[in-house]
Amino acid sequence: MKNFTILFLAFFFTASVSLPITGKATEAFVYSANHIRTLAASCAACHGSNGNAVAGNAVLAGINPAYFTKQMRAFKGGSLPATVMHHHARGLNADEIDQLAIYFSQQKAIASQTPKSQALNPSHE
Amino acid sequence: MSKLKRRDFIKISLSLGAASAATGLLSACSSLNTQKSSSIGRVVIIGGGYAGTTAAKYIRMWSSGNIEVVVIEKSTQFVSCPLSNLVLGGSKTIHDLTFGYDLVKKNHGVNWVNDEVTAVDAAAKKVTMKRGEITFDRLIIAPGVDFNYASLPNLEAAQETIPHAWKAGWQTVNLRKQLEAMPDGGVFVMNVPKLPYRCPPGPYERACQVASYFAKHKPNSKIIVLDANPEIVSKKGLFTKVFNEMYAGMIDYRPNNVILAVDVTSKTVTTDFEKVSANVLNIIPPQRAGKPAQMASLLEADYPWCDVNFLTYESKLVPNIHVIGDSVASNLPKSAHMATSQARVCASAIVELMQGRTPDPTPVFANTCYSYVNDTQAIHVANVYRYDAGKKMMVAAEGGGVSQSPSELEGQYASAWAANIWSDVLT
Repeated sequence: MKNFTILFLAFFFTASVSLPITGKATEAFVYSANHIRTLAASCAACHGSNGNAVAGNAVLAGINPAYFTKQMRAFKGGSLPATVMHHHARGLNADEIDQLAIYFSQQKAIASQTPKSQALNPSHE
Repeated sequence: MSKLKRRDFIKISLSLGAASAATGLLSACSSLNTQKSSSIGRVVIIGGGYAGTTAAKYIRMWSSGNIEVVVIEKSTQFVSCPLSNLVLGGSKTIHDLTFGYDLVKKNHGVNWVNDEVTAVDAAAKKVTMKRGEITFDRLIIAPGVDFNYASLPNLEAAQETIPHAWKAGWQTVNLRKQLEAMPDGGVFVMNVPKLPYRCPPGPYERACQVASYFAKHKPNSKIIVLDANPEIVSKKGLFTKVFNEMYAGMIDYRPNNVILAVDVTSKTVTTDFEKVSANVLNIIPPQRAGKPAQMASLLEADYPWCDVNFLTYESKLVPNIHVIGDSVASNLPKSAHMATSQARVCASAIVELMQGRTPDPTPVFANTCYSYVNDTQAIHVANVYRYDAGKKMMVAAEGGGVSQSPSELEGQYASAWAANIWSDVLT
């Protein structure tokens, strides 16, 4: 957890994007809060707003960050079989996965609303 | 726009969603002025589809309500194109895919105008509608696609007989009714326009959905798919297998078949190679960026789509006007998920720009697109896209791909995808 706390602080206290640190492969590249927030939001199509999924999909809001990272690494590496998640996990780098983990763990788990379907108006196209 | 004029405009046409009905326009007017005085500017969004509605919600959320957002949408309802092919297959009705905007308006304080745009004045930063006008600090245009009938001029007035059903709505219902009325042993002919068009896998999914219906109810019927492209443009291996195995002998797929003319009365199509007659004919016309984008002169001279900066989605031709969704000129698939992903990058960038900050220089986002091959089984294509600073465009990252095979599990995921994207966009 200590590493995550450090990462979390670094993540939130970085004013803007810092340049990738070359020659220090072990050190994490810390993305801007905007980068991670926007990337996280593109998961909403399956995992709901701020990770609050509906319809039985995995809720990411408030997730244990170590568990999120473990699962995503397993999807990426292929040790965890998936229909679709490996196609997403493989497109992300390790720093993005770690920082998404922090981001989703910080989101408040709430019950998302679902809009109600309704009769199509006769005047609609 | 003067204060007096703005107030007049509000009285004429600005509906503030759920609040306005209860409190009346006068208090709605004062509440808008309060919001304006505490805000750092106004973003007007033309179009309340997947892209425009998502941008509205996320600008409100990510600016903590400090940016005023006004959406202009000509329809009062949101009808989902994703899943609308299932109406043709018979496992969904159009009403299952129809929603109101009440929740997203109320939850996020989005101002909503039910009107149609007639002009965009970029220099004056003003949008004119049929019933009023409004000024903006930044404008987002998210109009979806416009059908271009230049090559098939007689089709525009014949949509009742030969529907496109490529914008979900009554045309989808019309096409379903025509399929229901068709005798067993009849021929359904449909086309695939040349890329780029809305929803690359959509026409092939449509062929599967109609085949699924025929297999159950009209097993002696045939489907002819006239594809203007040299091959199936999305999920090729999967669709080829489904056409050849699940619907063997029913779907006749013909590539490189550009439609040159349509005889409406006889429902006969002429292509480079042949004439094909149909009992039910579905023509998906060639497409271009939507009309509001045309009004704002955002289309390239030789290419009917809008070039944008992929860090902000600001038009390369006109400053302070952003374009998101299907109207964007890009290598990206014109899908609903893509529209929402672009909308959020644009929303995030606008929130930064309006506070004098620099947008994310390396946006990354995901796209997942499901297609149903029958009532219950689906397939997907999924990719992460990363900004390439050298190419100045979004490029598919390594590791994306398609399903191994159609499955009911993916059918359930496709259904959950729809429930989640509707929840995200509309609440």
